[in-house]
Amino acid sequence: MTTLPGRQSRGAIGVGHTRLPLGPAYAVMLALLYLPIVLLGVFSFSANTTLTFPLQGFTLSWYSAVFSDPALLGAARNSLVVGVAAATTATALGLAVTLAVVRFQFRGRSALLALAGAPLLVPFVVLGVALFLLFALLGVPRSLLTVAAGHSVVALPYAVLILVSRMIGLDPALEDAAMDLGASYPTTLRRVTVPLLGPSLLAAWLTSFIVSFDEVALANFLAGGSPTFPVFLYGQLRFAQRLPVLIAMAVLLMIGTVTLNLVANRLRSRDQ
Amino acid sequence: MLGRRGTLRFLVAPAYLWLILLFVAPLCLAIAISLRPEVGPIRFGEPWNVSFAQYQAIAESPSWLRLLGVSGLMAFAVAAASTVLAYPIAYFLAFRARERAPLYLVLLLVPFATSFLLRVMAWKLLLGSTGAINSFLIWIGLIHEPIGLLLYSQAAVILTLTYVWIPFAALPIYAALQRIDRSHLEAAADLGSGPWTRFARVTVPLSLPGLLATFFMVFIPTVGEYVTPSLVGGTGGIMYGNLIQDFFTRAGNWPLGSALAVIMLLVTLVLVGVALRAVDLRRLGT
Repeated sequence: MTTLPGRQSRGAIGVGHTRLPLGPAYAVMLALLYLPIVLLGVFSFSANTTLTFPLQGFTLSWYSAVFSDPALLGAARNSLVVGVAAATTATALGLAVTLAVVRFQFRGRSALLALAGAPLLVPFVVLGVALFLLFALLGVPRSLLTVAAGHSVVALPYAVLILVSRMIGLDPALEDAAMDLGASYPTTLRRVTVPLLGPSLLAAWLTSFIVSFDEVALANFLAGGSPTFPVFLYGQLRFAQRLPVLIAMAVLLMIGTVTLNLVANRLRSRDQ
Repeated sequence: MLGRRGTLRFLVAPAYLWLILLFVAPLCLAIAISLRPEVGPIRFGEPWNVSFAQYQAIAESPSWLRLLGVSGLMAFAVAAASTVLAYPIAYFLAFRARERAPLYLVLLLVPFATSFLLRVMAWKLLLGSTGAINSFLIWIGLIHEPIGLLLYSQAAVILTLTYVWIPFAALPIYAALQRIDRSHLEAAADLGSGPWTRFARVTVPLSLPGLLATFFMVFIPTVGEYVTPSLVGGTGGIMYGNLIQDFFTRAGNWPLGSALAVIMLLVTLVLVGVALRAVDLRRLGT
């Protein structure tokens, strides 16, 4: 007990301290996480088509080759279309689920919440073949639409998670006040609730977009003749000489998704 | 003018419809097709001969069930390793980083946001016989012949997937550690327990639901993996998901592929159910 004041003086919390060098451990861990990615980045500027030491020759030709490869650019465009469609659907449905389960008591409320989270419990290969069978039997040709439909389902749990955690913190009195002043409930939602959820809605959309943009296992079953970028990449990876161009493209796209992730994270943390 | 209750069905109906059409119905359809005895085309209106022929065929193929077991063990290893390795990262962010936590979190988000396939490819390039590790070791003179065993093995799949999941696993653990009420730790300190006792008796038990959730958020996608094994696993490192994929692409046997998928789904759900029972459910709510 006598050691307690000394322990507390080391920080505001005073507990949670061990004497382990956690800072250096974190630095080593981050270095290990970054190393393979950095190596890929270096490789994309190397004149060799294999990642062999010592590296030989610096070149930008892989990056310029990206922009003269219509199949590659088409796949990236497909991913963009699918991502926007899936994220918009998942966010809209996520908003509806959130409003219903946080603000209403009704029969099937907990069932709805469980169902919206359930896609997290199903391995993608299982949902992939199940959706593949559904579209095959309904005679729906596989296309970007079928990929977007599948992605909207697997992104929904993330959208709901983000929106519910924000919605719980919103004072229902704000909505009551708007309705007392004569606004209908839909007007209240549009003018009061949705603006208050604003940043979280954007975070949910961006997270759903990233989930879709990077997804390959499900899309591989549903894309048919119009591959998204990960599906295209997966199909081309066995050709070694194609590798540097593919990696250059992936590095370019990575810069985009990392930026989106940082924005989404920023919005989420500011909201809480 | 629509009241609150009147709006409710416009909120609930589309979500229910979407999830039933694109989630419940396809899974039920996979179950129905797994009960068909024959491979031929499916026509509506024909009598549906319910048969367990596919399940019987699987039960008589020990190599498939063994592959399911192997995939389960591989996924267990990946989920356990990435959860354990992510724990110190999350602990550092939650308890030590203090005002610099947002910056350190952003540093972690970069590998998390890097394309999944790109990170898998990085390991293929690192581990290959003409890859970075081998050529580097030859270059500095440590070895003269490339080590062939690095790539195309179960170990390569486990290593690659653990690497892929660590940043993802750190985020929910970090959230769980942040939710821990610091006054519990202060109370434990007041009552005379040292740092290790506090960690073992307060921090770990309170973060257990978060740890379990993280474990399954890694385990479930990993147990169904077929992309990573096909890139870095070779023939020795294939998983159960490769088998399912094969029956839908090359082999074109939908009923058998569906039965294999249904078995995987059931095994996954049973494991999640057992784990939820093992951890006090009431604690998950708080």
